[in-house]
Amino acid sequence: MALKHDILKVLGNNALSFDESAGCLFVEVPKDEIIPSLKILKSELGFDFLSDLFGVDNSALYAKKAKKSKKDENNEEQADTLSSSLPRFEVIYLLLNLTTNKRLQVRIRVPEDDLTVESATSLWKAANWPERECYDMFGIKFKGHPYLRRLLMWEEFPAHPLRKDYPLEGMGEERDMKYEPEGTGHWT
Amino acid sequence: MGPVKQRIANEDYVTINVGPSHPAMHGTLRAIAYVSGETVLGTDLEIGYLHRGVEKLGENLTYHQFIPITDRLNYCSAIANNVAYEMAVEKLMGLDIPIKAQLIRIIMTELSRIADHIVLVGILGVDLGAFTPFFYLFLQREEIYEIFEWYNGARLTNTFGRIGGVESELPEDFEQRWLELKKGLDKAITETDKLLTRNRIWMDRTIGVSPISAQDALDWGFTGPCLRACGVKRDLRKDEPYSLYPEFDFEIPTGENGDVFDRYMVRMVEMHESVKIIDQAFKMYKELGPDEPLMAKVPKIIRPPEGEVYHAIESPNGELGFYIKSDGSDKPYRIKIRPPCFMIFQAFDDLIQGEMISDLIACLSSLNIIAGELDR
Repeated sequence: MALKHDILKVLGNNALSFDESAGCLFVEVPKDEIIPSLKILKSELGFDFLSDLFGVDNSALYAKKAKKSKKDENNEEQADTLSSSLPRFEVIYLLLNLTTNKRLQVRIRVPEDDLTVESATSLWKAANWPERECYDMFGIKFKGHPYLRRLLMWEEFPAHPLRKDYPLEGMGEERDMKYEPEGTGHWT
Repeated sequence: MGPVKQRIANEDYVTINVGPSHPAMHGTLRAIAYVSGETVLGTDLEIGYLHRGVEKLGENLTYHQFIPITDRLNYCSAIANNVAYEMAVEKLMGLDIPIKAQLIRIIMTELSRIADHIVLVGILGVDLGAFTPFFYLFLQREEIYEIFEWYNGARLTNTFGRIGGVESELPEDFEQRWLELKKGLDKAITETDKLLTRNRIWMDRTIGVSPISAQDALDWGFTGPCLRACGVKRDLRKDEPYSLYPEFDFEIPTGENGDVFDRYMVRMVEMHESVKIIDQAFKMYKELGPDEPLMAKVPKIIRPPEGEVYHAIESPNGELGFYIKSDGSDKPYRIKIRPPCFMIFQAFDDLIQGEMISDLIACLSSLNIIAGELDR
């Protein structure tokens, strides 16, 4: 595929892997190289529109796969390494080339012990709220974001609800919710 | 202290809280406006009042059970949401949808596009003090809802379609109903046009209010009518053609200045274009035999293969996309909705800086922010 070739040319070693699924092309880049990679994709290949960015929590998927391989091969060691070696979170950037109308999905993997990612707000203003939402829902922090605070949940909410270990019915946080206590709201 | 407050720290201002429960805010939105005299220096936005955790819910429901939830995103055009979600799942499964089902989907989506634009134009008029066009238009919207109701029993939250096709054919006397509706719609749009477009007061209130340049709009991630109002000819129906849209002949209207007036005009013209599409789609529909299938071959329990997909359609508001990750089970592993007005609303502070406080309402109205899809 020509697009794949072009991406390899501009990203070089930063293009860790390609992944094609249902007609969508995903390219994985290292977490620390995300901003230079996006910049070069924007300037060289014309992916000048950021459609969206969001997080994915893969922990349940790894657990399921580990369980499956345990059952299959009775190999406990392998199963354990699978769930512990792969980073827990993903952030996916949906890019769009406005002249050729091609789409590209850029993926980074974010391990649980290092949840800081460089912010894309310097490249696109559009990254502002999606990054705040990603922080709100997954706890991934975006370094260099102008105003990283919760977007959909309230400020004192103790958890990150889209993580797989957060229960669907919630944990009863709304019962001791304070509406804008002093020092946190816009009013201060 | 947020960036907006830092910017105006040296100014003398009064804080005015608009919303979340306020008749002029469309749904539960909250804008905290810092005004000096009547000029808005900046606004802080607070959203999330209608956050229902739709994405979390989606992870715990089967693929078919999620369709009714998508109704509650943009509730002014629920059918567009249903179709967007179904198409994303179908793309993930690699299904081919029968032509008849595609045509019914197009007819229904375009009807809901007209209904959505009617809400915008009508309410924009009400917000600016013009009450009459609201009635002209809403009478026709009622007729559209009659058609929806009579197709599958629901008016607002349609739960239209199934994964792999649609549930039933168009009712037998659709043609007659559509011809009547078209006549009424034409009349209502023309009269609204006569009442508003060249009206001195309307022009004063809308032309040059909260303009945005094409470059800024793209930087902010604008799509749909708000982007087209800035002069960017971009419509997913033409640019990334899906379904049968390449077969139809229709125009993409664009504006120039990206102000409230252009956003209004783009939508007025788009309603006419949608009527044209429905006419052509219905002509194709009539040529199909009665025995044409409505559903592709779909298993009873939907288990898409492991993988991920992003698919977007042109909803009345702009690019409505669904990212779905499947782990091979009967429930999606992750669903992410890309609502068009989420991206548009984050630019609100930029749009409204230096405008009058009354124009804040006009600007908000013209962006068509729907809280259901904004907060999910």
